[in-house]
Amino acid sequence: MEKILEVKDLHISFHTFSGEVQAIRGVNFDLLKGETLAIVGESGSGKSVTTKALMRLLPESNSEIKAGEILFDGKDLAKLSDKAMQKLRGKEISMIFQDPMTSLNPTMKIGKQIIEPIVKHQKLSKSAAKKRAIEILELVGIANPEVRFEQYPHQFSGGMRQRVVIAIALACNPKVLIADEPTTALDVTIQAQILELMKDLQKKIDTSIIFITHDLGVVANVADRVAVMYGGKIVEIGTVDEIFYNPQHPYTWGLISSMPTLDSDDEELYAIPGTPPDLLHPPKGDAFAPRNAYAMKIDLEKQPPMYKVSDTHYAATWLLHPDAPKVEPPPAVKRRQREFLEMKEGN
Amino acid sequence: MAKYLTQRIIYMVVTLFLIASFTFFLMKIIPGTPFSNADKLSETQLSIMIDKYGLDDPVPVQYANYMMNLLKGDLGVSFQFNNVGVTDIIIKSLGPSATLGALAILFGTFFGIILGVVAALKQNTWVDYTSTFIAVLGKSIPSFVFAGLLQYYVAVKLGWFPVAFWRGPEYMVLPTIALAMFPLATASRFVRTEMIEVMESDYITLAKAKGASWFEIAFKHALRNALIPVITVLGPLVVSLMTGSLVIEKIFGIPGIGEQFVKSIQVNDYPVIMGTTLLFAGLFVAVILIVDLLYGVIDPRIRLAGGKK
Repeated sequence: MEKILEVKDLHISFHTFSGEVQAIRGVNFDLLKGETLAIVGESGSGKSVTTKALMRLLPESNSEIKAGEILFDGKDLAKLSDKAMQKLRGKEISMIFQDPMTSLNPTMKIGKQIIEPIVKHQKLSKSAAKKRAIEILELVGIANPEVRFEQYPHQFSGGMRQRVVIAIALACNPKVLIADEPTTALDVTIQAQILELMKDLQKKIDTSIIFITHDLGVVANVADRVAVMYGGKIVEIGTVDEIFYNPQHPYTWGLISSMPTLDSDDEELYAIPGTPPDLLHPPKGDAFAPRNAYAMKIDLEKQPPMYKVSDTHYAATWLLHPDAPKVEPPPAVKRRQREFLEMKEGN
Repeated sequence: MAKYLTQRIIYMVVTLFLIASFTFFLMKIIPGTPFSNADKLSETQLSIMIDKYGLDDPVPVQYANYMMNLLKGDLGVSFQFNNVGVTDIIIKSLGPSATLGALAILFGTFFGIILGVVAALKQNTWVDYTSTFIAVLGKSIPSFVFAGLLQYYVAVKLGWFPVAFWRGPEYMVLPTIALAMFPLATASRFVRTEMIEVMESDYITLAKAKGASWFEIAFKHALRNALIPVITVLGPLVVSLMTGSLVIEKIFGIPGIGEQFVKSIQVNDYPVIMGTTLLFAGLFVAVILIVDLLYGVIDPRIRLAGGKK
């Protein structure tokens, strides 16, 4: 399939009073046309920073893209001028934010906020833009769009506001939509509605989605492929089945073991021990090693390369080295791996 | 809306009534009579005068009389001048004060807001530091120092504007600048703080993500949100500028209300004291009402129930 976005060896640092925080330390991935790529990881793993960098929305005062390329449509977004970026934002690449309660301007009418990118990028007249905005409002499932058009954000509920934010993001039919935890701040029923809406709209306007979340349940629902981030790096990437049923990295094992399941009885919920690495002084070896029950000596000294598991599945762990000892993954993961094999045989 | 306004206006009248009452009794505690300066009067003449103006009546009676007259819209006659009504004195001296105050507040807030916005957007650069410096000067240096400096350098040395008096537009420039420094400093500081906070908010990031330019983000999205708290401090500032530019009026020889107020207290000119106090109080409650209405204009969330849908 055609690649729409390619991120190569991206390094991003924040300059703080205590020193340079290496938030992103060599991230590689690509986004295919029409697919949904989920990026998962705990807080501070660099999911949001990576995607904000794609739109160059990181604060200019203290952040810096140290190295790497973000290739989109033949251009390197990491080096594009501010003017050129402005033309791209909202038109080719759009973004949905986490908290719909704060992401709309409280003193501006909803209609005006939707029209803004349309007038700006598609050079439509005010009345044509209004017609288009009402169409989009209808598309994202807002009843009485003509009335709603003239209202302010405080007159909308949380779920409705997120629909409006989605409408703004999709106003110009972007090629890439970045959704930064779009359902985290919503309650579960509204969450499901918004996810359905996004899947539905993706088909209608044929856009690729990067979906950031820490909710593996959401991932299973929406994603085609999954990238697992830890300590500013992607530690494992693969199709949704490969990540869920045949994970290779001990961190992914941890994530999957800590997922509550319906058939898990009264057992205690598993949590990965320890805390995320301090990226002010990034570790020499594998960043996950101190929390990793399977860590070997080399994990503390050298960062593992990406090992190929299948054409679509890669993982950065020394356990995949030919000389590494064979280890038994945790029971929850083993059970899933067995299901994966059965699934494959079944096919 | 009409119901809300009526309610507010009733409260305003009650407030004014209370202020008038308090001031009346406080004023009566001040020793002396309006005529005590006239040493040439004999005991008999003085008592005739006091009797004539009803100043020997018990204070509650005087209060009742004053309030009855006030209800009829009669503010009384000044003791300082021969048979000049208080209303006339106020109207005559309010003009220059109000003009000067209005000019100062317009000039001061306009440039203050611009300075604050620019400082916020260029945070921690020389632009920001310069703006802070100007604000600190404006807040800490009293207006009469600016007045003196402006008179000496701009009027006397450069000869660009007249040194004093109030005879036409060119006379208004220097007092306006001298008086505007304080509101300029206040507005710029408040706008800067608010802008910095607003620029961090999610909806500004969303505006950026929509492809909005620097200018659109600052003036279409951020400023209106940043102005909400600024209005609160600007309201009372308007009143104090419209009325209390006493020093500036004195330095530039402007026949304004501030000067009149202080003079009337010095000579126990009771009707003028009451008149100016009521004027100040009236302006103050009116500005508070205007500020409350302005909130609604700027922030739709505060728009009143039953108002425009």
